Amino acid sequence: MAREIFEKKIKQIQDEILLLGSMVEQAALDSVAAFKNRDVQNAKNIIEDDQNINDKRFAIENAILILMATQQPLAHDLRLLSAMLLVANELERMGDYAKGIARNTVRLGIVDIPIPYRDIEKMSELAVGMLHRSLSAFVKEDIKMAVAIPPEDDEVDNLFNKCYRTIVNGMIANPATIDDASLLLWIVHDLERFSDRVINICERTVFIKSGEMMEMGASDEEMDELDGED
Amino acid sequence: MTEKINENGKTKIRVEDFNLFYGKFQALQHITIEIPGNRITSIIGPSGCGKSTFIRSFNRMNELIPGVRTEGRILLDDKNIFDIDPVELRKQVGMVFQRPNPFPKTIFENIAFGPRAHGIRDRRILEEIVEKSLKQAVLWDEVKDNLNKSGLALSGGQQQRLCIARALAVEPEVILMDEPASALDPIATLKIEELIQQLKEKYTIVIVTHNMQQAARASDYTLFFNMAENRAGYLVESGKTTDIFTNPKNELTEQYISGRFG
Repeated sequence: MAREIFEKKIKQIQDEILLLGSMVEQAALDSVAAFKNRDVQNAKNIIEDDQNINDKRFAIENAILILMATQQPLAHDLRLLSAMLLVANELERMGDYAKGIARNTVRLGIVDIPIPYRDIEKMSELAVGMLHRSLSAFVKEDIKMAVAIPPEDDEVDNLFNKCYRTIVNGMIANPATIDDASLLLWIVHDLERFSDRVINICERTVFIKSGEMMEMGASDEEMDELDGED
Repeated sequence: MTEKINENGKTKIRVEDFNLFYGKFQALQHITIEIPGNRITSIIGPSGCGKSTFIRSFNRMNELIPGVRTEGRILLDDKNIFDIDPVELRKQVGMVFQRPNPFPKTIFENIAFGPRAHGIRDRRILEEIVEKSLKQAVLWDEVKDNLNKSGLALSGGQQQRLCIARALAVEPEVILMDEPASALDPIATLKIEELIQQLKEKYTIVIVTHNMQQAARASDYTLFFNMAENRAGYLVESGKTTDIFTNPKNELTEQYISGRFG
C-alpha cells in the first residue's frame, strides 16, 4: 500500500528531527560550559559546528517538501508535515542562540563584576530539559505532555530577571565594565529565548493532534522586538 | 436535522431525508443537506458510495433506470423537484459527464441543440447563444473560425468544454458535473477547474470527483459520502473544503482523505 512508504518516510524525518534536536541540546550545554570555563577554543568549535545544524535543517526541509510534492498529504498528514517544517526551523534558530553564547564567550574580556554562573547554568539545564521533553511529546503527539511544558518557562524567566538584575547592578557599580558586561546580557537573553522557542514546539504538537492553533506563551512578535543579532 | 454548510445564506438545493432504492437495494440513505447557491460543492467518497446517484437525483436522471424508487424531498429554490416537469427541470439543472460526449454534429449544432429543443428557431438568436455559451466555456477563441467543424474533431479538453458550453446554452441554474476532468490531461484539467471557478458567479455547481486535490483546489464546500454496512451511501461529513482537508471532524473522513481506505 502507498501509505507504507509514506509512513516510513515520515518516521525517517521524525528521527532526523530528534537528531537535530539532540545536536541543538548539546550545542546549548557546550556553549554554556565553554562560557563558564572561558574556553575560547571550545567556543570556536561550537560556532563552526553550527553549520552542521544548519545543513541538517535544510536536509529535513528538503525531505518534507519532497514528501509534500509527491504524496500530497491532507488533514493530519498535512498538519504533521507542516509542523515538522516549523519545528526544524525553530531548532535551527535555537542552534543560533547556542552559537550566540559561544560567540560572546570568544568576545568576552575580563569582566570585573560578579557573574551569576550558577543561575546561567541552571537556565541552560532547564531550557535543554524542556526542549528534550517537548520533542518527545512532538513525535509521540502527546498533547498532555506538550501542554505541561510551557509553564516551566516561568522559572527560566525568573532566572533571567535575576541574572539581568545582578549584571546591571554590576554595571552600575563599575561602569568601566559595561562593554563586556553587556555581552553577558546577550548570553542570558539567548537562553531565555531558547526556552521560549520550546513553547512553539509544544504549540505545534497540539496543532498536529487537534488542528487547533493555540498560543501558549508570549507572542513571538513581542519577543522578536527584544531579539537582536544572534 | 439539516446539515448547514453555507456561509452566504443562499440555499439552492435542499435535500430532506432522501432515500433512493434500486429495486430492493438501497443506494442512498437518510441524506439531508443544503447545497449553497453560487458556490462549488464537491462530493467525494469511495467507489460505490452513491455520489453519482446522488447528483443524478437532482435532475431526476435516475428515473430513466427501471426499478428506481425514492423517498424524501429535494427542493430547488424551495420547489419540490418531483413536482417539476422533468424536461423543464433538466433545463434548470444541467449535467456534464465524465467522458466528453459531444453529438456527432458541428460545434455550432452541438450548442444550438438545446435551445432549439426548447423552441428557439431564430438563427440570429441561436448564433448569439452559441457565441455566448462558447465564451463562457472559454472555448470561443479556439473554435470561432471553425464552428462548422465536427465537435468530435476537437481535443478531449476542448470536447469537455464544448459539453459545458452545451449545458450552458439552455441557461441552467445548476450545473452537475460527474468527474468532469478524470479523462483529461493535467493542463486540460486545470482549464476546466479555472472555468468552474468563473462559472460560479452565475451558476451553482455540484461536482463529483475522485481526485482529492481537485476537490481541495476547485470547490468551496465538500461533502464526504461513505458506504454503510448495508452498502447504502450516506453523508458522513460536510463543511468548508478548507476545513475538511486540513482538519476533518470525522475519523472516517480523515482516513479516507489520507488514503487509508477507498
